[in-house]
Amino acid sequence: MRVMVLVKANEQTEAGVLPKQEMLEAMGAFNEELIKAGVILDGDGLKPSSAGARVYFSGDERKVVDGPFAETKELVAGYWIWQVKSFDEAIEWAKRIPNPTGEESCVELRPFYEPEDFGEEFTPELREKMEEMRAEEQKLREAAQ
Amino acid sequence: MTRGDVRATVEAVWRIESAKVIAAVARVVRDVGLAEDLAQEAFVAALEQWPAQGVPDNPGAWLTATAKHRAIDRLRRAEVHDRKVAELGRDAELRRAIEDDLAAEVDDPFDDDLLRLIFTACHPVLSPEARVALTLRLLGGLTTEEIAAAYLKPRATIAQRITRAKRTLAAARVPFEVPGRDELKERLAAVLEVIYLIFNEGYSASSGENVIRPELMEEALRLGRILAELLPDEAEVHGLAALMEFQASRTRARVSADGEAILLADQDRTRWDRLLIRRGLAALERAYATGGPIGPYTLQAAIAACHAVAPTPDDTDWDGIVSLYDGLAQIMPSPVVQLNRAVAVSMASGPQEALRLVDELAGESALAEYPPPPAVRAALLERLGRNEEAAAEYERAALLTANTRRRAELMRRAEVCAAAGA
Repeated sequence: MRVMVLVKANEQTEAGVLPKQEMLEAMGAFNEELIKAGVILDGDGLKPSSAGARVYFSGDERKVVDGPFAETKELVAGYWIWQVKSFDEAIEWAKRIPNPTGEESCVELRPFYEPEDFGEEFTPELREKMEEMRAEEQKLREAAQ
Repeated sequence: MTRGDVRATVEAVWRIESAKVIAAVARVVRDVGLAEDLAQEAFVAALEQWPAQGVPDNPGAWLTATAKHRAIDRLRRAEVHDRKVAELGRDAELRRAIEDDLAAEVDDPFDDDLLRLIFTACHPVLSPEARVALTLRLLGGLTTEEIAAAYLKPRATIAQRITRAKRTLAAARVPFEVPGRDELKERLAAVLEVIYLIFNEGYSASSGENVIRPELMEEALRLGRILAELLPDEAEVHGLAALMEFQASRTRARVSADGEAILLADQDRTRWDRLLIRRGLAALERAYATGGPIGPYTLQAAIAACHAVAPTPDDTDWDGIVSLYDGLAQIMPSPVVQLNRAVAVSMASGPQEALRLVDELAGESALAEYPPPPAVRAALLERLGRNEEAAAEYERAALLTANTRRRAELMRRAEVCAAAGA
């Protein structure tokens, strides 16, 4: 299964303070451990929300709001995508994320949807619709030949 | 924390640490089977002790130290009685080695131990099935039940396979080491083969109802990624990793909602996993960057890359694929490669030329029980508008296919062709 690890923002990340040498080294070693375990699929850091923007939707309306955004603890400062055998394995890895400065921080773990998650939700009506679409495509293909 | 939570934690720790623990213990006791038994004992001890004492700060080191202490206990307690240990002969020497190791609290890199473990689990004295089972058990940390479930085999069959494999390794006195330069190429090929066997069992289940078993694919991908870190200078290691990333990228597109297999040309490419494709391209680049000899996995990955970057089947670099197959046929001459090459030729130069190539392969006995040739022939005949012949070929392909879903798909196509031909 895949799990996204959302690294939450704090005052430091929102202020655009770049991580100190100590943090970079610890994080580098941890990332290397993840790579060697075949766990990491992707990951990166994000600039503070002051560099970002939001697009709000309401009906046909689109409203663009530039950052920064207030709710610091709810913002995302970086992410990983991990491939693990179980959600518990992801939690175990997450507990090992270094925090050399000891400051308050948080990561949020969220599993991806997997094909089997749609098993029950895939109603007969949806299935039928897919079948129809496929038949239509088939006809188009045959007509093109 | 409830007991259930600790159990989940111990299992998660086991998943992360077991291969390293077994490898570290095997280095001192020099017997992979014994090392695994000891690691299992440490795992049981963790299940007993962690709920009360809490999870240690460094659970991996705790498991390794516990397993090594158990090794000493066994030596002290049993001296000669324990057959396995007695077989090793040098009890006193061994005990000292383990004690020294413990005293030194060596924090040495586990990488070499892990490599040794991989090469031992995939040792040529073992049968391919035994290598697969032992690799999943020792490197993947899978339980016997999990392996049995993945392979749709009774638990007892897998348990016996693993026990026998351990016994075979001990009896043959297989050293716990990474093979030397002279035999590395051959031994590495065996390791890659085991990983790809696991992947293929997951990707294209040879029997049963499900076309795909994602857990085996994910396990193989993980092993491939680990090996790529352990042997970064070997082109084929990256080649295999790339090939698996590309193939896995199509997982969501290659089976329909009701479980039918969808051919590459008919797949909805928007469902291909871009992240895995990106990883595949990066791994392929690393394979080329080693400057080492390019082997069959890298070539197959290069072919897969051509598909992965093509927006549509028609926009695929078919000429490039044909020449990659030419290269592949040279180092890995096989009717299957020729058949796939014929498919590429059909796209590059048309079905007529391809049908000639496929017909040339008709006499190949190696293909007699292999489903694709009639399926390929059928598709070519269908494109040429020879519907009745196509229907007959689809039926023939269906009869040769063990996978129930794929057989149903081939039968469906036979009916479509028969209807169009009538």
